Amino acid sequence: MATYDLHLNGVARTVDSSDPDKPLLYVLRGLGLTATKFGCGLGQCGACTVLVEGSALRSCQLTIADARGKRVTTLEGLGTASSPHPIQAAFIKEQVPQCGYCTSGMIMTTAALLAEKPKPTEPEIRAALDGNLCRCGTHVRVVRAVLAASGQGG
Amino acid sequence: MSAVDRTSLDRRTVLKAGVLTVGFALGGIQTEVLAQASGAPRMLDPKEVDAFLTVNGDGTVTLFTGKVDLGQGLRIAMRQIAAEELGIGIDKINYVEGDTSLTPDQGRTSGSAGIARGGMQIRQAAATARKALIELAAKRLDARAQDLFAENGLVRPKGGGAGLAFAELVNGERFGLKLDPKAPLKDPSTYTLVGKPLPRPDVVHKCTGSGGYMFMHDFSVPGMLHARVIRPLAVGARLVSVDEALIAQFAGTQVVRIKDFLAVVAQNEWTAVKAARAIRAQWTAGSGLPDQGRLPQTLRTDPGTTEERLVNKGTPTENPPSNAKVLNATYYWPMQSHASLGPSCAVADVNADGATVWTASQGTHGNRATYARFLGLSPEKVRLIYLEGAGCYGMNGHEDAAAEAAILSRAVGRPVRVQWSREEEHGWDPKGPPQLIDITAAVAPDGRIVQWRTDLWLPQTTKGMPNIPLLAPEAAGLDQVRGINAGLISQNGDPPYAADNVAVVVHWLKSTPLRPAPLRSPGKPANCFAVESFVDELAAAAGIDAVEFRLRGLTDPRGIEVIKRAAALMNWQTRPSPRNDASASVARGRGFAYVHYKHNETYVAMGIEAAVERESGRIKVERVVCAHDCGQIINPDGVRAQVEGSTLQTLSRVLMEEVEFDRARVLSVDWASYPILRFSDVPELTIELIDRPAEPPLGAGEAACTTVGAALANAVFDATGARLRSVPFTPERVKAALNARSG
Repeated sequence: MATYDLHLNGVARTVDSSDPDKPLLYVLRGLGLTATKFGCGLGQCGACTVLVEGSALRSCQLTIADARGKRVTTLEGLGTASSPHPIQAAFIKEQVPQCGYCTSGMIMTTAALLAEKPKPTEPEIRAALDGNLCRCGTHVRVVRAVLAASGQGG
Repeated sequence: MSAVDRTSLDRRTVLKAGVLTVGFALGGIQTEVLAQASGAPRMLDPKEVDAFLTVNGDGTVTLFTGKVDLGQGLRIAMRQIAAEELGIGIDKINYVEGDTSLTPDQGRTSGSAGIARGGMQIRQAAATARKALIELAAKRLDARAQDLFAENGLVRPKGGGAGLAFAELVNGERFGLKLDPKAPLKDPSTYTLVGKPLPRPDVVHKCTGSGGYMFMHDFSVPGMLHARVIRPLAVGARLVSVDEALIAQFAGTQVVRIKDFLAVVAQNEWTAVKAARAIRAQWTAGSGLPDQGRLPQTLRTDPGTTEERLVNKGTPTENPPSNAKVLNATYYWPMQSHASLGPSCAVADVNADGATVWTASQGTHGNRATYARFLGLSPEKVRLIYLEGAGCYGMNGHEDAAAEAAILSRAVGRPVRVQWSREEEHGWDPKGPPQLIDITAAVAPDGRIVQWRTDLWLPQTTKGMPNIPLLAPEAAGLDQVRGINAGLISQNGDPPYAADNVAVVVHWLKSTPLRPAPLRSPGKPANCFAVESFVDELAAAAGIDAVEFRLRGLTDPRGIEVIKRAAALMNWQTRPSPRNDASASVARGRGFAYVHYKHNETYVAMGIEAAVERESGRIKVERVVCAHDCGQIINPDGVRAQVEGSTLQTLSRVLMEEVEFDRARVLSVDWASYPILRFSDVPELTIELIDRPAEPPLGAGEAACTTVGAALANAVFDATGARLRSVPFTPERVKAALNARSG
């Protein structure tokens, strides 16, 4: 059984896996970090998006070997219910989620966007989130929350 | 009062009196862990107050509801209703939903009826409880009941003075009262909770990942194994043989085969995924599917249909007056998937004591007898507990996954979690059925509809179906009620406007190519698409403005109001359609549609502004406005979210969605082959909610789905003069319609 070192939500973690191809998604969920969701396993929907070295990546398409030695951040690593990250606070204030299955991926994609571009325009927000699917139809609230989180709320 | 223990809010399992109970935290408002310490079963009769409400010794009240929160916000709305009517703070309401051992059976959470029916049961239970509490206090205080009132969990004299706490009044006893339809309800003008946009308790957890076991998909029990089901290569295929040779490499992995049901069960999820990929199975060719391209004709010429006349007003077959214009058209709505963002998932533990199934089903109570039947257990031995899954909008694969988990748990003697793949969810969820609709009508020069006939080709729901037949019992040869269930799909086939002679005839189909199921607002998005598109065709033929045409045919003031408000929001300019600016490479137009949902529920008027690229055939929806009257609004932000979701999800269905299949199986099995709306496709939304506190609350989860198709088709017609009568409005279809117009 090989071991893999990760910097997971700011903490050094060593993870065992007999399979170097095990997707990071299953590693994270196996550690109890279940905010990251299985949506398609194909890199098409964005529900499993996490930050790897600050980039928003699909954890279903990354293996544990790919993630070795990397800084990985999940929704749980951004903030908590009592002390939410500003993006989380904006999503809560706008009451964005309906079923909420896509929400984690939306917030993680937003985190990468705002780190790169603190004041994105609305078209830039839509473009950044275009690979994150939502079936409930919460899109307008997502955009509003991202604008608010970047200090551009109305 | 039955004893109800509140324990820590972290999710945990408690085994007491042989009943496994599981709780989890939801927001600042607590959700109960219930241990039935006395072993006495809870009162579950929905005619009884005790089924809905328990006053706890600590001053809280627990609300038990059989209706479940699917993301539509019942967890806050039901609390608002109960707390308001009872006279207690909303933070004092604990909440239990969708558990066959703990909550009353309020029917399936469907039909946009959670509040309208389920919520009103809770209101009546709370009103009955409040009346009883006040009467108890009157005795204790030696006062007259009319001089007392309930507030903040106390019954107090109106003239001032000390009150008595609810817990003190009930003193651990049950109410022992039937829901009293005459128990006085609070005057809506005094409401402090109902009508307020209070935040939903689950949202903070959905946004932070805290709170533990919020989603079905994240739930586990000790000793649980992980399963994947192996699907046939064709619909209706039988399993011929299985080659397990490649499974041996996965230690501790079992293959379960029961007739045509095949699955792998492994120690962890990733191993189950790999084992499912490694297994080799031979299947028969299957039962075959019809030619997708000819499906509308196949429906029309189906020899097995039976006719039913749903509406028959006047003499629709009489010859129309000579000055009337007669039009006819055919509309088609294809099979569509629920396309849940999270593939279905369930956990079951079937052992010597019975079966416990954790499921995202919209109908835990209704499924109990079904699961008991195929498991060969008495219904009392089967417990279904709701946990929220990915949005399902009717019935996705959740109930299939739960049946599979139960069958596998029984087979392997351990708790089993079943997780569907993306391919399974798109390929095997029961589908919204195809709908073919013919309309012929005659319109007088003044815009009066003098004749109207609609013919619908729809699958007929088998009488007495408890639920939708499930895949696993069918494959495993286990007992279940067979038939089809597509929901109430024949409503709104007639126009909501004055018309002299109207007939609606449904041609009931005995089957559809793929297993049907209700899909949000079952049938009505298609029926209303046809009716409201055709009304637009009549208005254009009469040379009358589309809004004006509709208003001339309406007398219902609530219908008139939503139409006028939506038109005002759009700054609607009165003129006939089409505008048909033939010189523009991008043609812009506006369209309108109206529904009185099921002719007796919510009123919706919707306007859409769209641009059509003539060269590419691409439609860009630029703006949607909606005026919405669902009577008394419990939580305006919840209603607004439902209207947003109804609009955007249906826009996705109208623009993009059609299940693709060959003669053997579904081909659209991922997000590339079954695309849905993306951020770049989302228009500006303007929603105006009309609150009518003195009216009964109606549903908000479906009505706004019905107007999207016609409003958009009418906008495209206005822009180009081309009429779209088949969904989805793909660029190819738009170009074909434009060519037909110019040719």
